[in-house]
Amino acid sequence: MMTNQNCAQNLELVSGQLFTDEVILDIDDVTISYSGNPAVKSVSFPIAKNKITSIIGPSGCGKSTLLRSINRMNDFVEGVTVQGQLSYCGHDVYSSEIDPVEVRRNIGMVFQKPNPFPKTIYKNISWGPVINGYKGSTDELVEKSLRQAALWEEVKDRLHESALSLSGGQQQRLCIARALAMEPDILLMDEPCSALDPISTSHIEDLLFELKARYTIVIVTHNMQQAARISDYTAFLEMGDLIEFGVTDQLFTRPSQRRTEEYVTGRFG
Amino acid sequence: MSSSKSVDMQQMRDIDITKKKVRWGEWMIESSLALCATISVVTTAVIIFILAKESMGFFQVVVPADFFFGTSWVPLLEPSSYGVLPLLWGTLLITFGAALFAIPTGLASAIYLSEYASPRTRSIVKPVLEVLAGIPTVVYGYFALTFVTPLLRMLMPELQVFNALSGAIVVGIMILPTIATLSDNALRAVPDSLRQGAYALGATSYEVTTRVVVPAGLSGVMASFLLAISRAIGETMAVTLAAGATPNLSFTFLESIQTMTAYIVQVSMGDTPAGGIAYQTLFAVAAFLFVITLILNIVSQWILSKFREEYE
Ligand SMILES: Nc1ncnc2c1ncn2[C@@H]1O[C@H](COP(=O)(O)OP(=O)(O)OP(=O)(O)O)[C@@H](O)[C@H]1O
Ligand SMILES: [Mg+2]
Repeated sequence: MMTNQNCAQNLELVSGQLFTDEVILDIDDVTISYSGNPAVKSVSFPIAKNKITSIIGPSGCGKSTLLRSINRMNDFVEGVTVQGQLSYCGHDVYSSEIDPVEVRRNIGMVFQKPNPFPKTIYKNISWGPVINGYKGSTDELVEKSLRQAALWEEVKDRLHESALSLSGGQQQRLCIARALAMEPDILLMDEPCSALDPISTSHIEDLLFELKARYTIVIVTHNMQQAARISDYTAFLEMGDLIEFGVTDQLFTRPSQRRTEEYVTGRFG
Repeated sequence: MSSSKSVDMQQMRDIDITKKKVRWGEWMIESSLALCATISVVTTAVIIFILAKESMGFFQVVVPADFFFGTSWVPLLEPSSYGVLPLLWGTLLITFGAALFAIPTGLASAIYLSEYASPRTRSIVKPVLEVLAGIPTVVYGYFALTFVTPLLRMLMPELQVFNALSGAIVVGIMILPTIATLSDNALRAVPDSLRQGAYALGATSYEVTTRVVVPAGLSGVMASFLLAISRAIGETMAVTLAAGATPNLSFTFLESIQTMTAYIVQVSMGDTPAGGIAYQTLFAVAAFLFVITLILNIVSQWILSKFREEYE
C-alpha cells in the first residue's frame, strides 16, 4: 500500500516566487511519446497539496496525455512510453515496484464525457470501494460522497434508479461522487465541464472550491475564465512544451512569456 | 471543395420542382422487396396451417393427454403408443448437455477475445471460429461417431455406440462458435469509457471484465446463448448420427436416445404412407417443436428486454 505520509516539503522557485506549498506530486522532466512521437516534452512542474492546479493550452498540446500519465491510464493505450519522473509522495509512479492499480486507488479521475456505469446510482458510488475491500457501511459512504458532490438532495429518493436516468450534469457530478467515494489523494479532471451547461458548470466549480480542503485537484480546461476563477496554479502547454507554470493570478495578469499572454488574452493563432 | 464546382451544380440542377417524375427503378426495387416479404409471410402461414391441420387429424385419433404425458413412444409398431415425453426428453438432454458445455466455454472464449487477446490473435481466432460455425452439421455427426465416441468409450467402456453424451458434446462444439463470436461482438460493443471509468477506480482487469463489461453486454451475451440453444434444439443430423434413434426416457447420458427432430427425419426417410396415423405423428411432433421454439423465442425476447443495460 502506498502511503500519503512523508510527502516531501519541496521548496522550488516558481515564476520568481518561492513555492512554499507542500508538493504532493512532482512532475520532473517528463516526456510522453506515442509510438516514438513525443506528445509531451520534458515537462516539469509541481502539484501542490490541497490546491487546484489547472492545465491549459490549445487542442492537441498534450494536456490529456500528461493528465492520464499521472494515474497510469496511459497504460491502456498501445505504444505509449513515459520518460522522466512522476513522483507521488516520493514514489515514482512508473517505477517497477509500483502497482498501477494501487496508484489509481490513490489518484482518482473524472473524464470529459460523463461515464456512469449502467447500474443504479447507489451502485455507481459503492462499486469502487466495494471491489477494493471496503468493509464499512455503504449507505453512509454513498450519502457522504453524494453530499460532497452536491448531488444528494437531487437523488436521495431515487438511489436505486439507473444512473443513466440522470441529466448530463447530474451524471458528471455522480462521476465526481464515484471518484470521491474512493477518498483519493489527488483528483484528476479532464475537461469535466465541457459537456455541461453554464449552471451545471458553476455547480461543479463551487464544488471544486469545497473539495480543495480535502483533496488535491488537477484540472484540464479549455475555459480560460474557469482556470482563472478556480485554480491556484496554472500550467500552460503548447505543442507538448511547458511554456509557463505559475500562480494563476500572475500567469493570467502578468505572464512572463509572450506566448502565454497571447493565449490567455485570446490573441492566439 | 472548390466554389466553381458548386456553381456548376446549381446551373445543372433542374429547378422545376413541380414536375413530378416517376422513378421506375425505385418502384421496381420497392415492389420486389415487398414481394419477397410477402413470400416469407405466406410461407410461414402455410406451414402453420399444414402443421395445425395434420395435428388436428392426429389428435382425433390420439387423446392429447396420452401424447403430452405418455412415457412410451412406439408409433410405428403394434401395439402402438404415442407418448411424446421420451422424444422431448431426448431433445432436452442434448440441449442441456450442449449448453452445459458450450455456454461457459463460449463465454470464456468471448471474454478472452474481447478483453485480453491482442488484435493479432483476435484477427486469427475470429475467422477460424466463423469457419467452424459454417461446417455442415453432418460432419459433426461423423466426428462424433468416429472420434468422440471411441475416445469416450476408452474412458467409459459401458458407453453405448450411440449415446446422448457424445451427441451433446458435438452439438456443444457446434454451437460454441455462435456463442463465442456473438458474445465477443456484444462485449466489444461496450463503450471503452466504462472500462476506463472502472480502471480509474482502482479495479483490476478481472474486476473490470466480470463486474462492468459482462454485465453491460449481458443482453447481447444472453441473446447469443438463446440463439445457440435454439440451434441445439433444432439440430438433427449430428444428433441422429451420434445418439442414434431410440426413444428413451432414462436419466442417463450413456445410452442411445432420440430427439424430436431425429424422429421426424427417421420417419420422413422411411416409406410411411401419407395420411396414416404414423404419417400424422410427424406433424404432431413438428407442431410441438414449433410451439416449444416459439415459446423460447418469446421468453428470450422478454428476458432481453428485462436485461437490457443501455450504456449510452
Ligand atoms: N492514442 C493516441 N495515439 C497516438 N497519438 C495520440 C493518441 N492520443 C493523443 N495523441 C496525440 O498526442 C497529442 C496530444 O494529445 P492530447 O489528447 O493529449 O491533447 P489535448 O491537449 O488533450 O487536446 P484536447 O484539448 O483537444 O483534448 C496529439 O497530437 C494527439 O494527436
Ligand atoms: Mg484532451
